[in-house]
Amino acid sequence: MHGRLKVKTSEEQAEAKRLEREQKLKLYQSATQTVFQKRQAGELDESVLELTSQILGANPDFATLWNCRREVLQRLEAQKSPEELAALVKTELGFLESCLRVNPKSYGTWHHRCWLLGRLPEPNWARELELCARFLEVDERNFHCWDYRRFVATQAAVPPAEELAFTDSLITRNFSNYSSWHYRSCLLPQLHPQPDTGPQGRLPEDVLLKELELVQNAFFTDPNDQSAWFYHRWLLGRADPQDALRCLHVSRDEACLTVSFSRPVLVGSGTETLLLMVDESPLAVEWRTPDGRTRPSHVWLCDLPAASLNDQLPQHTFHVIWTAGEAQKECVLLKGRQEGWCRDSATDAQLFRCELSVEKSTVLQSELESCKELQELEPENKWCLLTIILLMRALDPLLYEKETLQYFQTLKAVDPMRAAYLDDLRSKFLLENSVLKMEYAEVRVLHLGHKDLTVLCHLEQLLLVTHLDLSHNRLRALPPALAALRCLEVLQANDNAIESLDGVTSLPRLQELSLCNNRLRQPAVLQPLAACPRLVLLHLQGNPLCHAVGASEHLAELLPAVNSILT
Amino acid sequence: MADNLPSEFDVIVIGTGLPESIIAAACSRSGLRVLHVDSRNYYGGNWASFSFSGILSWLKEYQENSDIVNESPTWQEQILENEEAIALSRKDKTIQHVEVFCYASQDLHEDVEEAGALQKNHASVISGNPTEAAHSAYQPSEDESLCTVSCEMPTEQTPSSDQETALEINDVEVTGEKEKRYDDKTHAKSASEEETSENVPIAEDTVLQPKKNRITYSQIIKEGRRFNIDLVSKLLYSRGLLIDLLIKSNVSRYAEFKNITRILAFREGRVEQVPCSRADVFNSKQLTMVEKRMLMKFLTFCMEYEKHPDEYKAYEEITFSEYLKTQKLTPNLQYFVLHSIAMTSETASNTVDGLKATKNFLHCLGRYGNTPFLFPLYGQGELPQCFCRMCAVFGGIYCLRHSVQCLVVDKESRKCKAIIDQFGQRIISKHFLVEDSYFSENTCSHVQYRQISRSVLITDRSVLKTDSDQQISILTVPGEEPGTFAVRVIELCPSTMTCMKGTYLVHLTCTSSKTAREDLEPVVQKLFTPYTETEIENEEVEKPRLLWALYFNMRDSSDISRNSYNDLPSNVYVCSGPDCGLGNDNAVKQAERLFQLICPNEDFCPPPPNPEDIIIDGDSLQSETSEFSVIPEANSETPKESTSLGNPEETSQ
Repeated sequence: MHGRLKVKTSEEQAEAKRLEREQKLKLYQSATQTVFQKRQAGELDESVLELTSQILGANPDFATLWNCRREVLQRLEAQKSPEELAALVKTELGFLESCLRVNPKSYGTWHHRCWLLGRLPEPNWARELELCARFLEVDERNFHCWDYRRFVATQAAVPPAEELAFTDSLITRNFSNYSSWHYRSCLLPQLHPQPDTGPQGRLPEDVLLKELELVQNAFFTDPNDQSAWFYHRWLLGRADPQDALRCLHVSRDEACLTVSFSRPVLVGSGTETLLLMVDESPLAVEWRTPDGRTRPSHVWLCDLPAASLNDQLPQHTFHVIWTAGEAQKECVLLKGRQEGWCRDSATDAQLFRCELSVEKSTVLQSELESCKELQELEPENKWCLLTIILLMRALDPLLYEKETLQYFQTLKAVDPMRAAYLDDLRSKFLLENSVLKMEYAEVRVLHLGHKDLTVLCHLEQLLLVTHLDLSHNRLRALPPALAALRCLEVLQANDNAIESLDGVTSLPRLQELSLCNNRLRQPAVLQPLAACPRLVLLHLQGNPLCHAVGASEHLAELLPAVNSILT
Repeated sequence: MADNLPSEFDVIVIGTGLPESIIAAACSRSGLRVLHVDSRNYYGGNWASFSFSGILSWLKEYQENSDIVNESPTWQEQILENEEAIALSRKDKTIQHVEVFCYASQDLHEDVEEAGALQKNHASVISGNPTEAAHSAYQPSEDESLCTVSCEMPTEQTPSSDQETALEINDVEVTGEKEKRYDDKTHAKSASEEETSENVPIAEDTVLQPKKNRITYSQIIKEGRRFNIDLVSKLLYSRGLLIDLLIKSNVSRYAEFKNITRILAFREGRVEQVPCSRADVFNSKQLTMVEKRMLMKFLTFCMEYEKHPDEYKAYEEITFSEYLKTQKLTPNLQYFVLHSIAMTSETASNTVDGLKATKNFLHCLGRYGNTPFLFPLYGQGELPQCFCRMCAVFGGIYCLRHSVQCLVVDKESRKCKAIIDQFGQRIISKHFLVEDSYFSENTCSHVQYRQISRSVLITDRSVLKTDSDQQISILTVPGEEPGTFAVRVIELCPSTMTCMKGTYLVHLTCTSSKTAREDLEPVVQKLFTPYTETEIENEEVEKPRLLWALYFNMRDSSDISRNSYNDLPSNVYVCSGPDCGLGNDNAVKQAERLFQLICPNEDFCPPPPNPEDIIIDGDSLQSETSEFSVIPEANSETPKESTSLGNPEETSQ
């Protein structure tokens, strides 16, 4: 048609583009090579700056070249006059910004900027804040920039209130901003420091209520946005329980002292120091874990010399001091007794409430009501369901036990992808409840049968248990932590899916073990049992290994001390 | 120059409204020779925007009724035996019932003139007889005068004249001077005199006025160039056809846009913000937590309602407002969804229409900001010009103030073959696109036109005050009685480059039932209060004050079947004027449809080629090649407001 433009065909265009790219690649490679040569030769001058800027301008993720630049700048610092240096820095800052515009998420570029600003005698922090604000305007979730902003704000000593207002403005624009919520969780404790006696990192109630309202606005608007839920969980608090010695147990028979800690620790030279005073004089002992592995553990034990246990005195006092944790505990072994112990009551508030903590129950109660309201509107929202469960746990685990289990069922149905996680969480909560109930009853027998347990936890709380029933659950293993049950005499774990018995080892008092209808395939998996000195009765009916040829012989050979092995 | 026009084209486009301009651009882009003429002295026809003095001149044209003697050479003698002519109209009859009221204080300065205003030459062919509404169903009643204010008639104004007195203008049929009072006659005269004398020195310094000071009429005149007053009030849906076309054709580079900042509703006598985006809902203070959830849930459903037929199938037969009642929505939320989001009426639309409208609204959200709409900086009138520019870049020829006397039709083939212009020049072409208003009464004697009621207000503050005074808002006021139409209110702040600092430009639009003033004045009274001196003392005045108001009716020639026009040859295509809708989809659809008739199988406004891909050989070097060299690389740059990252130079200073 007349007047129509003539344009290149797509083949011509492609060819032109190919040539152009080839040319670019050549330039890129030769420049890179030159830089490396110069670096090797120690020629760290301005020409290197020029060359690296060509490459980094196109590809700011070339970390080695940023290192090169740092070397050059360091050298030039010594050679140049202050004026020349100022000009150099100005160019460098401008160059950095242009690189950031090529890739606003380049680790190397942001790091280089940090480094450069850190070296300046009089850095212009106001301008850096402005830069952050502009980059966050474009992408409010650029966590590289958030990192840099926190660095700048710290360096420039920006009042936390201003930074908080900044997070406000970004959350107002789009509340799906994990970085912004997170920054709040850093700033609020700074703004409202609690008296030393109070729990650290917590907020005064009025502030807390305001934040809860804000975050509720977010999850009522979009309950599927997880950043708000995470912040909500932070607000309700994960209290770090104070370091404590939970339980001391001393046994005359085994000549052994067992200590249970509030958190896993590593005791030994150069790590945690544990002092033992027997009858008020220090005693040097070797501490070990129940399963013999040297790694952080809730439970540590030591052998006691006969002198510390003899029957001549009316009682022996055992005093354990945990120096780092500033905690201590004492227990008494009376004359004629086989064992003595001292333990915290599991009913103490702190014991299990580690998911959501110790905020006033009125706050938790009102949060629970809001969440239930939301759940009515959004019956299938997993975040809401999970939060309800956690709130109920924090409020009263036993009172809400039945309801909690129903919520777990709903939650599993709506979030099948995380079914296993939920099973484990549920198991944990059930175990906690059982421990609490056991405490109330003051017995040393624990029934955990028919609870659909998938995992065993808090076993360090069961130091004193003598009879444990785990039958009819979905356990696949008896984990190493089980070795903490130093008093265990009878263990029933029938009708599970147990394949391994790592934890059933070195249990000094274990006499009877039932493992019927499990998935034990090889006699070899029973090997740990050999280290249980008093084991006499073993039920293995209904396991695959019973059908193996020569199984009984093999087992008898493996466990010569066990009187009867029923297969 | 005009008499030297080439005598042959492929396409002649008469009228520079949006659809015509898009077609002209598309044809030119596809290599056709395009002649684009408009009898007016400005681009856009009824799509145009005017400065304040521009709108006053425009008004004058409609109230000056002199039938200008046509000095053009007669065309009749040029028509050959085997030809006949379709005469085109010489008068624009699309605007009626023009009424103007000025409330701002008139001060003593009589020689105020728009700063830097150019004396415009008005096309002599335009004449209007507003009362001669042959095709309108609505005749103005006898006692209604047509009033206008003109800066060129200061002698008629006395300093003490009542502020709400509209300045009278003689009308052909209504003789004598009449005073038109605003209904609300409660203003003390003495106060106004005080104000007037106070204002005199202030008027010297217009731009740096502190907020508290009143805007006077002379300031408006003086700052008149800050105004860009649209004849049609529309917005661009962020995912509407026009945005797509602007991006695709790269015409977007000729214009800048701003996001509408908020959606408002008028409920129980109060203006409130409608939370429609996720961020709005989150930030809303007026909704309860549960309402937030209910609203979000409903809107999320609307986003993909087609996927959940079981949720609405049962309600297909009822109206959308009835359907909303069945949903878990509080009355408050139902109102928001019905009037401000779906923007449908209580009675008119059924469930599916409402869901569709809601979905469309939501679909547009978030593309450029927290509302679904964009507004072109400097006014809607920019858009036709952008397409004209593209047409010109590809070789189209433009003549404003150039009228066409008739179309020449070949008797035998029944096809149009040429036009005869005002100079008597015969210009041959293959295709002819004519905007509706150019047809004479003979051609459109059977056409039933609807009317649009329009009002333009200049006010002193926003209908809903917030921290920021740079808000662009859209507000829908539903019709009160059955049978009346919802009124769309669009309030523009100075940063849209359509009004002077310290003022807001407010556009009201609805489908006409009566005259524009009768249709719109009730809403104006609800939202605004006329400028008075007494209330100024009281800073608590809630409503914004009116400084100036204009009402007029505009013909709505959209959706008219081609067959309604008498005896149109097949190669003459009709473009309609603006419709009453909010978006511009109608114009784009029409343009594309007509373009496909002219150029079947041609791509509609494809992106311009990359400058480096254009092969220029000496021989075909045309005048437009120099234009191409300035075209930046073709990319699908969106017409987003230029808020991207600043350049490094800025901060490294």
